[in-house]
Amino acid sequence: MEQVELAVVGAGPAGLSAAVAAARLGVQVAVFDENSKPGGQLFKQIHKFFGSSQHLAGVRGYDIGQHLLEEAEAAGVAIHLDTTVYGLFPGPRLGLVCHGQSRTCRASGVVVATGATENALAFPGWTLPGVLGAGAAQTLVNLHRVLPGRRVLMVGSGNVGLIVSYQLLQAGARVVAVVEAADKIGGYAVHAAKLRRAGVPVLLSHSVLSCQGNPRVEKATVCRLDQLWQPVAGTERQLEVDTVCLAVGLSPLCELLWMMGASLAHDTRLGGHFPVHDEDLRTSVPGVWVAGDASGVEEASTAMEEGRLAGLSAAEFLGKLTPGEAKERKAEVRQSLEALRSGAFGEIRRRAKAQVTQEAGDCFAGWRQL
Amino acid sequence: MPAGASFDGYPSRGELESSPGYPSRRRMESGPVAIIECVQEIPCNPCETACPRHAIRVGEPITSLPVLDEDKCTGCGLCVPACPGLAIFRLHLHYRPGLATVDFPYEYLPLPEVDTEVDAVGRDGGVLCRGRVVAVQAGQKTGGTAVVRLAVPAEFAEEVRSMSGGLEHER
Repeated sequence: MEQVELAVVGAGPAGLSAAVAAARLGVQVAVFDENSKPGGQLFKQIHKFFGSSQHLAGVRGYDIGQHLLEEAEAAGVAIHLDTTVYGLFPGPRLGLVCHGQSRTCRASGVVVATGATENALAFPGWTLPGVLGAGAAQTLVNLHRVLPGRRVLMVGSGNVGLIVSYQLLQAGARVVAVVEAADKIGGYAVHAAKLRRAGVPVLLSHSVLSCQGNPRVEKATVCRLDQLWQPVAGTERQLEVDTVCLAVGLSPLCELLWMMGASLAHDTRLGGHFPVHDEDLRTSVPGVWVAGDASGVEEASTAMEEGRLAGLSAAEFLGKLTPGEAKERKAEVRQSLEALRSGAFGEIRRRAKAQVTQEAGDCFAGWRQL
Repeated sequence: MPAGASFDGYPSRGELESSPGYPSRRRMESGPVAIIECVQEIPCNPCETACPRHAIRVGEPITSLPVLDEDKCTGCGLCVPACPGLAIFRLHLHYRPGLATVDFPYEYLPLPEVDTEVDAVGRDGGVLCRGRVVAVQAGQKTGGTAVVRLAVPAEFAEEVRSMSGGLEHER
């Protein structure tokens, strides 16, 4: 059976950062990703990232992806592409499928960095061609250079909805409107401002009621919502669109940890169900870490820092860092995470994460005493 | 309905004037200056390192609003393409008698040609006046974000924030 010291599931920002952090300390690392290209969602992020200048802020996502790949190569990380991790078993052992061939791999430690999946929204007509996730539209436009449609309705004004709307404009589509069920814009105003000055309306307290068309979307009906998010009769409006993009949140992809028996918890602030983890990103299963959106949905900069933290913690577990060195290195990353989670937008996630890691830390410490 | 960045998607006049990145009218009158329209506490600081004169300070925590030292700012415009949020502009109120220039980041193709006339638009996308493109800066030096300099009647300069006409779908 194949044997690696540290297996990382997912070659996105969290997984690659975890791999680099551990490999630089002498850990033998193998990264597995089901896609043909590494980088997760980074290579479709054509906008400049926020964050700190010391941590690649102002650099576009695809350049950050390239940078991480170069770091991984320099650190001697083995990246196995087109390789699906279908199972995570006690041991820990990983069940892998690559080009139709299955095999098993044993690891001394595992970092699960599987990311998140887009939420859907069901309404009459939602199965018509032309209704797609905003992330899917972004993949089509920025990776495959295919415009999904000419006239787009964006549902959701979080950063994903705002950024993808802007990128659809850049690609030559017209964004007819962004609708937002809440009474204020969910994402950063600077992203909304780019849309507004391009003439895109953002309709607050509005949502999509239905889509019509044959064989694909030709119209969408939107309406005003009351304070309980219920449609207000008589406010329906038809928009001529050929595409409806859903940007209504993401959910952590934690099935692998679930099947392994890791404890899960639920917090809407983090996108729903997520694996319980302490401040070192340790799950309830010894030797298994989680990092990035899989541990609770945030964004790419925090995913990279969480990956780094999980990689350091794993290296410590594998004896490549003394507890003293590890403590210092981890404190540095935690400080940077705190900074990324400060401010009005980050505050909600900071509180959620603090609560989760505190409870898990207490719980895991209790288990160790049993 | 309440107004402001979280509702309209762009800052209100009140939000701008009370934010530390927005220069005083006196400073605008005295020569080219950066206008930072960043009114929400988000984790971002590339504007701070972009300024060779250290006229922009974010400091700690990284979510602090950028503070413009308007006396140190020379209006060089280097911060304009550096802002990942495309929220920094450069205003030269007295470019020619009665004419001002506004520099704004522009990430659409095709880029406008120098000397062409375009519609100058405000923060809400509404057309305010006609403007003439007097310069276009593009390429790797600006990280792929082009900066368009538009000459507009001075009375519109505080409101003009972009142009229309470059968008593919509007043809």
